[in-house]
Amino acid sequence: MADNGMEPKIVAFLCNWCTFTAADLAGTSRLKYEPNVRIIKVMCSSRVDPVFILKALLDGADGVLIGGCAPGDCHYSKGNFYARRKVALAKKLAESMGLDSKRIRLSWIPASEGPLFARVVNEFTESIKQLGDNPTKREVYI
Amino acid sequence: MRESKPKIGVYVCHCGTNISGKVDVEAVSSYASTLPHVEVARNFKFMCSNPGQQLVIDDIKEKGLNRVVVASCSPRMHEKTFRKACQTAGINPYYFQMACIREHVSWVTEDPEQATQKAKDLVRGAVARVAHHQQLASRVVDINPNVLVIGGGIAGMQAALDIADGGKKVFLVEKEPTIGGNMSKFDKTFPTLDCAACISTPKLVAVGQHENIELMTYSEVADVSGFVGNFKVKIRKKPRYVDADKCTGCGLCTEKCPSKVLSEFDHGLAYRKAIYSPFPQAVPNTRVIDAEHCIYFQKNRCRACEKFCEAEAIDFDQKEEIVEINVGSVIVATGFETFDPTPLTQYGFGRYPEVYTSIQFERINNATGPTSGEIVTKDGKKPEAVAIIHCVGSRDQNHQKYCSRVCCMYSMKFAHLVREKTGAEVYEFYIDIRSPGKGYEEFYNRLQEEGTHFIRGKVSQVTDIVDSPEDEGKLVVVAEDTLAHKVRRIPVDMVVLSVGLKPASGIEDIARMVGISVDSDGWINELHPKLGPLATPSDGIFVAGCCQGPKDIPDSVAQGQGAAGEALSLISRGKLEIEAAVSTIDPERCMGCRQCEEVCFYGAISYNPVLNVCEVNEAICKGCGNCAATCPNKAIELRHFNNDEILAEMEGLMFAPVDTERNFNEKAA
Ligand SMILES: Cc1cc2nc3c(=O)[nH]c(=O)nc-3n(C[C@H](O)[C@H](O)[C@H](O)COP(=O)(O)OP(=O)(O)OC[C@H]3O[C@@H](n4cnc5c(N)ncnc54)[C@H](O)[C@@H]3O)c2cc1C
Ligand code: SF4
Ligand code: SF4
Ligand code: FES
Repeated sequence: MADNGMEPKIVAFLCNWCTFTAADLAGTSRLKYEPNVRIIKVMCSSRVDPVFILKALLDGADGVLIGGCAPGDCHYSKGNFYARRKVALAKKLAESMGLDSKRIRLSWIPASEGPLFARVVNEFTESIKQLGDNPTKREVYI
Repeated sequence: MRESKPKIGVYVCHCGTNISGKVDVEAVSSYASTLPHVEVARNFKFMCSNPGQQLVIDDIKEKGLNRVVVASCSPRMHEKTFRKACQTAGINPYYFQMACIREHVSWVTEDPEQATQKAKDLVRGAVARVAHHQQLASRVVDINPNVLVIGGGIAGMQAALDIADGGKKVFLVEKEPTIGGNMSKFDKTFPTLDCAACISTPKLVAVGQHENIELMTYSEVADVSGFVGNFKVKIRKKPRYVDADKCTGCGLCTEKCPSKVLSEFDHGLAYRKAIYSPFPQAVPNTRVIDAEHCIYFQKNRCRACEKFCEAEAIDFDQKEEIVEINVGSVIVATGFETFDPTPLTQYGFGRYPEVYTSIQFERINNATGPTSGEIVTKDGKKPEAVAIIHCVGSRDQNHQKYCSRVCCMYSMKFAHLVREKTGAEVYEFYIDIRSPGKGYEEFYNRLQEEGTHFIRGKVSQVTDIVDSPEDEGKLVVVAEDTLAHKVRRIPVDMVVLSVGLKPASGIEDIARMVGISVDSDGWINELHPKLGPLATPSDGIFVAGCCQGPKDIPDSVAQGQGAAGEALSLISRGKLEIEAAVSTIDPERCMGCRQCEEVCFYGAISYNPVLNVCEVNEAICKGCGNCAATCPNKAIELRHFNNDEILAEMEGLMFAPVDTERNFNEKAA
C-alpha cells in the first residue's frame, strides 16, 4: 500500500438499482473497506453528466468513481452503455486539462456483489494514493 | 413553484448501537447544527420508530421546518417512512433527504474517527442538497378499461375472450381477412392428435359473436400514441369491397368469379378466386375482393360478382378507412411465419414438385385443403415412402441459430398421419429429437413403436439423379447416418421440410409503434425472461404467443390467458400514480437537436416540429436521467435529481464552497 499518509477524497456516483445496492450489501455483510469514498445516489449511471465528473475534479476530488449495473442488467435497459460513452468523454476532457484519466473509474457492480464493491473501493483508493494529490485543486463554478 | 427559504431539521440516528457504536452521533448532530439553514439538529436512539418519527413531525409543526434530513440507514430501508412523516406533518414529501451512515459508514469503517468524519461529510452533503429540493406532486391518471389485441391467432383470440368474458371491451385487430392464425391451417395437433378445427373453430365463432369484442379483420395498426392507461390508436381498415352488413357468406360470387390465383392460405397448393374467403370456417365469413387480381379493378370490366350477389353486398367504391380508438393497454400477439426454404437449394424446394414445406403438408392433411385431406402426390398417387427432414433453417449458423421448438413434434405428428392414412414408410432425418412437454416423450415412443424410421443425421441432398433401379421415378434423400456411421440414400415419393418459425413480418413496425424492442432474431423482448415473461419495458404493453419466441399451442394459449390477466389486473386498479421524479424540458433552452429523443429508451421524448423543441411525456418517462446528462444545452431537468441538487450534494460532501443560496434565491426573486 502506498503509505504516503494521504487521505484522498473520492466521490462516487452509484446507480440506485445495482451499485448503490451492492454498497448497501457490503454494509449488511459488515465488509470493511477504505473510508475515503463519498457516495452520491443517481437513479442510473447514465445520469452522470461528464460535467459532474469534471466539476468534482476541479473542486478538488482526487478521484471519481462511477458505478452502474452489469451490461444487460441496467434497470433502464441500456443506460450503462451511455454511461460508458459519457465517462470516456470525461476522461478525454480530464486529460486535456492535464489530469490523469486514471482519476476517473467506471465499474459495473451488480446488486449482489457486495464484496466486489468493497474491492473496487479499496483498489481505486489505492490507485489514487499512488497518483497523489489532485494537482488542480481550485475553486471553479460551473 | 415558488420555493420558500430553507429551514432544515437534521436527525442523526443511533440505530441502537449499530451506528453509535462506531460513529460519534453526538458530534455529528452538533456539527450539523452549525451548517447553513439548519434550524435544529438532534440525535435519537431509533429514528424509524414511532417516537423518532414523531420528533420530526413535532419539529416541523412547532419550529416551522420545511426541509428534513435523516442520517441513518440506507434510503432503500426507510426513505418512504420519513417521506410519509413529512407529509403527515404537512410538508411536501420530496423536501426530505437521507444520509446513509449505517450501511455506508458505521458497518464498513474500521476507525471510529474516520467513520465520524465520513458521517459528517455525508450529512453536510444531504443538508446542501435538501436546500435545493423542490416540491413535487405525484399525479394520478385514470386507466381506460378498453384493451387492444393485435393478432387473431390462438394466443390473441384467447386473450380477447378472457378479457371480454371479464366484462371489458376488446378491439381485436387482424391483418388477414379472417382470424384463426396458423392453427386454423392444421389438421391434427400433437401430441393428443385432436382435430385442430374441432378445438379452434368454436373459438373463432365465440370471438366473432362476443358482444364485448369488436373484431377488426383485414386491418392493421397505423399509429399508437399516449401511455399506459391512455393509448390512442389509429387502425387502418383495408377495403374489402364487400359490405359486411349485407354479405351472407353464401359464396355464389366466388363460384362465378372468373379470376383464379394461388391461395395464400393453402400456401400455393391450390387456387382461390379474386373474390374469396380463405377457408370455409373463416370468421367473419364476409368475402373479400383481392383488387390486384380482380378483373374489374385491373381491366375495368367483369363485375360478375356484383351481378350475381342477391344481397347486393358488392361495393367497388369502398375506401380505406382510418378508425381511431382509445385503449388503456395493448396485447401484441402477432405470431409467426414459416421459414422459406428456397435458399437451401440442396433440398430442392421449388425445383422438385414433391418437396413440400411443413405448413403445406398441414394443408394436404386438412380436409378442407387441396387434396381434401388425402396424402397423395401431385399425380394423385399414394406415396410408398415419405422423408421428413428436421431443422430446416433452424439450429443453423447460416440461418436461424435457435431451435424452433415445435418442429420435432409436428414432424412426428406427420409421420403418424402418413402411416395411418397411407401405410407408407416414413423416414425422419433429425439432429436431436426434442420432446420436452407433457405427453411429448410418450408420443415419440409411440411413433417408434409404430415403425417410423428415425435416422440421425443431416440431409446433404435431395436429388432425382438415378443411382440404382429403385431410385427410378423417386426423389433420393442422401444423409450421413451418424449412429450407423454410413451414408444412406433413401428413395422416397414425397419430402417434407420441417421449416423453422420466424417472427411475423411487420413486427418491427408494431414494436416501434408501441415502444418495445425485438431481439437479434426479431422476437419481442419481454420485460424479464423469468419474472416478467408477458410484460414489456413499456407499461401497459403485453405480449402473448409466438411473437415472443417459438412455442406450441398450449404455451401460446397459456400466454394469451396470462396477458389477459395482466391487462385485467391493470384495469382493476382503475387509477395509476405517475412518478414525480421525471424529466422536463425547458423550451426556452432547447435548441431542437433531438439528442435526448435518441437516447431515451422508452420513447418518452418527442420532437415538436412547430416549436422546434423536444417534449417529455411525463407519463412514459421512467426518470433515469440519461437525457438530462446528454442534453448539450442543459435544457433538461430531471426532477429530484437535477443539476443543482446533485452538484450541491457533491460540493457538500467534499467541503467545497457550498452555494446553497443559488437555487432558491433565483426562484424567489
Ligand atoms: C407446421 C406447423 C405445425 C404445428 N403443429 C402444432 C401442433 O400440432 N400442436 C401445437 O401445439 N403446436 C403446433 N404448431 C405451433 C403452433 O402453430 C403455434 O404454437 C401457434 O399457432 C401460435 O399461435 P399464435 O397466436 O402465437 O400465432 P399465429 O397463429 O401465427 O397467429 C398470429 C396472428 O396474428 C396476425 N398478425 C401478424 N402480424 C400482424 C399485424 N401486424 N397486425 C395484425 N395482425 C397480425 C396473423 O395474421 C395471425 O392471424 C405448429 C407449427 C407449425 C409451423
Ligand atoms: S437534447 Fe436538449 S437541446 Fe437537444 S432536443 Fe433534447 S432538450 Fe432540446
Ligand atoms: S429521464 Fe430517462 S426515461 Fe425520462 S425522458 Fe429522460 S431518458 Fe427518457
Ligand atoms: S440502473 Fe444501474 S446502470 Fe442504469
